[in-house]
Amino acid sequence: MTGWQMLFYKEVLRFWRVGAQTITGPILTAMLYLLVFGQALESHVKVYDDISYTAFLVPGLAMMSLLQNAFANSSSSLVASKVMGNLVFLLLTPLSPWHWFVAYVGAAVVRGLVVGFGVLAVALLFAVPPFAQPLWALLFAVLGSALMGSLGVVAGLWSEKFDHMAAFQNFAVMPMTFLSGVFYSIHSLPPFWQTVSHFNPFFYMIDGFRYGFFGVSDVSPWLSLAVVVSATAAVGLWALQLLRMGYKIRN
Amino acid sequence: MPAISFQSVSKSYPSPRGPQGGTFLALNNVSLDIEAGEFFGLLGPNGAGKTTMITILAGLAKASSGRVSVMGHDVQTDFAAARRALGVVPQELVFDPFFKVREALLFQSGYFGVKHNETWVDELLDYLGLADKSDANMRSLSGGMKRRLLVALALVHKPPVIVLDEPTAGVDVELRQTLWHFIDKLNKQGHTVLLTTHYLEEAEALCGRIAMLKTGQVVALDSTSALLSAASGNVLRCTVDGDLPPELASLARVTGRVVQLPAKDAAAVEQYLAQIRQAGLQVQDIEIRRPDLEDVFLKVMHQHSGRDDRVAL
Repeated sequence: MTGWQMLFYKEVLRFWRVGAQTITGPILTAMLYLLVFGQALESHVKVYDDISYTAFLVPGLAMMSLLQNAFANSSSSLVASKVMGNLVFLLLTPLSPWHWFVAYVGAAVVRGLVVGFGVLAVALLFAVPPFAQPLWALLFAVLGSALMGSLGVVAGLWSEKFDHMAAFQNFAVMPMTFLSGVFYSIHSLPPFWQTVSHFNPFFYMIDGFRYGFFGVSDVSPWLSLAVVVSATAAVGLWALQLLRMGYKIRN
Repeated sequence: MPAISFQSVSKSYPSPRGPQGGTFLALNNVSLDIEAGEFFGLLGPNGAGKTTMITILAGLAKASSGRVSVMGHDVQTDFAAARRALGVVPQELVFDPFFKVREALLFQSGYFGVKHNETWVDELLDYLGLADKSDANMRSLSGGMKRRLLVALALVHKPPVIVLDEPTAGVDVELRQTLWHFIDKLNKQGHTVLLTTHYLEEAEALCGRIAMLKTGQVVALDSTSALLSAASGNVLRCTVDGDLPPELASLARVTGRVVQLPAKDAAAVEQYLAQIRQAGLQVQDIEIRRPDLEDVFLKVMHQHSGRDDRVAL
């Protein structure tokens, strides 16, 4: 294993060792959403013809869990290492900023995909969405988790303690994921909020991912792809630049 | 080619202590070369800039000006090669609670691109008395064991240059001896060692050459023997049963009841004893000895005890 591969392996092992907290927990939470919202709204909400509300919810919940967990992986690992002081072991190594980036974001993608697939697998017990375009779904899953893994690197570098990261998670990540159309189609919103939703990159990640299941979406999947690729590249470059600067980790 | 080279290195930080826009100059134009194979000591009071020098050397901080290299590799422009040549034992007792001792050592080897390092890792564990803890979580180690693990982590990639930042702070005597025996052995094998410590007797016993730092500047740089032999005169060591008069207290090293005073000649000794008696104090256990490194250190620091003008430059 080369240097970055070892760091990637360590980062994967870090969440795998505490799987009850990092994998099973988020899957259980998503299932509770599915049970509560699915049961409560199944007969009241119809988003697409021929698709039950519970089936509609499944991809959105899987993607939401995937995004949140990809973010949590890189951000919490960096913050914990900073708070514990053990980041110094990495800072002393010859690993380049690019190596750090690939390892941290790579592990975040793995955790995102593991949780996302886990949610999907368990949700199939409740409703089976058609897998119309599975490659589209996979593409959005990988891009979405890479974007959130990169954002996690940014948040992890910026945060000096767990409170900062919690603020980032509670006031940025959570609202954007909840307001991205996980639980509804944005066509059901008033025009103003529809417009606002179009500025939320999370909306494109969820909508593009959902296209992979139903073959229909609120906006063209190509538009979603263009937005998500651009956002991933932008946030990725941002994270890489902060690593190059040694932002808040090298004086 | 020196193993470690500092060339006109300065480091300033924004200072909350200075007036608006003030800076704190932690290092002021430091130049220092350490040759391959040396056992070099970096001494100085707290805040003198020792740790700043090490953080710049290790790439944990960037010098404001000047150039630092390890085995000829610039620590900024050629950081990967510089860090491969360097093993740093940090001052803080840090650990990763997620992993076991042996795992951590193998991860660290991997980060340096060292493959199949099991044999050397086991040797390190053995040398440092951690073999029976190899499968223990790092969290469960005692302070002394964590310190030894930090040494092992710094050596996984067999670096030619080893830096120890106060490795024996808060460490018991037995462990200190084990550690020094090991480091001395590595030095004899050709590794360059840079040590910072507050235990001056350790520095005197181990280091071939010493730099003394004060307020970010090198104020003394010579071989340990030259520093000791340059200290003229002797030292009067005695026990007294009360506080010394102020004119003596300013010259003395005082440890509890033990007082040590620099004495040029016999007349100075007589003078001191007379002054102590005049102050109504009882003198016991009188001893005249050669100066040690601590005496030299105190003298050098005293000579450079000008105002600390680093704030708000």
